[in-house]
Amino acid sequence: MTDERIKPLVMPKWGLSMAEGKVTGWLKKPGSAIKVGDELLEVETDKITNVVEAGEAGVLRRILGEPDTVYPIKALIGVLADSDVPDAEIDAFVAGYVMPAAEEGSEEDAAAQYEFAETPAGTLRYAKRGTGPEQIVLVHGFGGDLDNWLFNIDALAEHATVYALDLPGHGQSIKSLADASLSGMSKALAGFLDKLGVSAAHLVGHSMGGAICLRTAIDRPDLVKSLTLISSAGLGDEINIDYIESFAAASSRRELKPALEQLFEDPNLVSRQLIDDLLKYKRLDGVTEALKALAKNMFPGGKQSSVLADEAAGTKRPVTVIWGASDKIIPASHTAALPAGWRAEVIDGAGHMVQMEKAAAVNALIRQGVGV
Amino acid sequence: MARKLSYKMAVNEALDLEMTRDPTVILMGEDIVGGAGSPGEDDAWGGVLGVTKGLFAKHGARVMDTPLSESAYIGAAIGAAACGMRPVAELMFIDFIGCCFDEIFNQAAKFRYMFGGKAETPVVIRAMIGAGYRAAAQHSQMLTPIVTHIPGLKVVCPSNAYDVKGLLIQSIRDNDPVIFCEHKNLYAHEVDVPLESYAIPFGEAAIPREGRDATIVTYGLMVHRSLEAAEKLAREGVDVEVIDLRTLSPMDWDTVIESVEKTGRLIAVDEAHPRCSIASDITAFVAQHAFRALKSAPQMVTAPHSPVPFSPTLEDIYIPSAETIAGAVKKTIIQKMVAA
Repeated sequence: MTDERIKPLVMPKWGLSMAEGKVTGWLKKPGSAIKVGDELLEVETDKITNVVEAGEAGVLRRILGEPDTVYPIKALIGVLADSDVPDAEIDAFVAGYVMPAAEEGSEEDAAAQYEFAETPAGTLRYAKRGTGPEQIVLVHGFGGDLDNWLFNIDALAEHATVYALDLPGHGQSIKSLADASLSGMSKALAGFLDKLGVSAAHLVGHSMGGAICLRTAIDRPDLVKSLTLISSAGLGDEINIDYIESFAAASSRRELKPALEQLFEDPNLVSRQLIDDLLKYKRLDGVTEALKALAKNMFPGGKQSSVLADEAAGTKRPVTVIWGASDKIIPASHTAALPAGWRAEVIDGAGHMVQMEKAAAVNALIRQGVGV
Repeated sequence: MARKLSYKMAVNEALDLEMTRDPTVILMGEDIVGGAGSPGEDDAWGGVLGVTKGLFAKHGARVMDTPLSESAYIGAAIGAAACGMRPVAELMFIDFIGCCFDEIFNQAAKFRYMFGGKAETPVVIRAMIGAGYRAAAQHSQMLTPIVTHIPGLKVVCPSNAYDVKGLLIQSIRDNDPVIFCEHKNLYAHEVDVPLESYAIPFGEAAIPREGRDATIVTYGLMVHRSLEAAEKLAREGVDVEVIDLRTLSPMDWDTVIESVEKTGRLIAVDEAHPRCSIASDITAFVAQHAFRALKSAPQMVTAPHSPVPFSPTLEDIYIPSAETIAGAVKKTIIQKMVAA
């Protein structure tokens, strides 16, 4: 028996490999009135610490997740309900709560959620989630991978079919780049979409991935229904070339950490695990060469080589531009001179990785841009 | 992409990838082809524990069975390295190193120095280390301190398959002699390992567990015992950091000192004998360079100053256990409470 007025708060699943998370502390007290988007508590995973935001409104009636305690995903950690729901009903709900068994989050499940596609640019890894009629494709930035969408992919998959891929030279995709230019990367994306039979998708690009999406909209408008550009390249010529060069060159934890801290407004989000995972990627044969080749083509002389906004405006596709106000990699001031009709939203309290630092707000904007 | 791989097969895969990439990489050792030297599954065992199995079938004469003379084939490998090859010689058990001290300590380790920096000796000497295999006193020693003592040698001792693959690839690509120590009791241990080649630089410790209250510095099999101890202690409210040195020469002193400066307590855990050990080395270095950070006397957990016993009961007692390590951690904390 379910009561729609009682809304369970469960341990979220951030990304494909998350099986459990640790409650580090609650930001709201029992009895607080909660609005959608309110910051409820902090959860630490082996990759990152983040805030859980309310997806629904209500009164925080029960706090069940104890600080410094690890819970599996989908475990009940709190209860939201209107103030007129009797305590007894809430207690009965808590007592009767059964964790959904289908998502045990075992490693086999997580492994099965990654797939590989043989494309003209080589083998590319991707994840596909959700079943909705609209198709969203998430394209990460320079040095990133599909886990950059940790806090977005599952939320978006409730409303659409979502693909996230590792670009060539990145993540677990092929490490050698057939063509390290922007149009080469765009062709690789188009080749991936063609291979999977994805036509007319909503492209969501972060940073360099945004420039790749812009290029794709210009070259292959048939593939693109809308664009969401997050802290995107291709909208102005400024770029923090120190970051690009130090990220590409860093060979140790000591060198990589200060570079990564520039990505977030809150540098404490850079955990040891995040650094170690990136080092594991960077140490694979061919990665350093791929990153340096991309940097040389995309950012020669410390400037972005391609500014594509006006050309992309000609395609008449709806465009949403999202930026973290304190982005230290590409400045949010690039939102100042966008083509007429493009929506721009600058989000406070976030840096370059705004889709991680302010996931709920970014997810809402992506959904508005896509129309789901 | 990654999948589970054993410590033993990570050695095999690293050798295979580097032999495929670089034709100057050759393998030498006792029985590493195995049997009659045939590529057939039945005859080519690939070494005493099957580490090099399949490599003869794939790389043919670049995998060489040698006579049972460590001084001869280790010497040959070092000579080949000085002449442009990248040999990986398998010493089987590190206990046999005494037969080729001169070749390793006096020749390989000294060539660069004696020839005014003009000679390079890119040789890797692989050897099994450690107790717990019921292999008795002459096949069970932890001789890492002896090789670490010698300038001119690099010493690697991984604790897991991911590190094995990346550090062995780095060892082969390195232009100096490397003693690559493989703990035989970890051969079956599996972790996620990427399919691709990758190299882990020397002199970078890993921190498999972060903590605030005390720092355990260790390597090899003892990493696992220390993590087990840390888990026990966590249930009692003690938050222990565990440092896996990964390479003993060069040593990542910065990571050790930074951690002790954070926690104020040091426990050095080493499967070698106590005298002139990695544990005593770490303890001395910390006492000298981070004395003011220490809240209590550092503790050492080592094997006893005795040969490795053949009796299984005694051998199990000989190897430091998680309980012993946890006890040493508590000692660093109780001292503090008494002082306060």
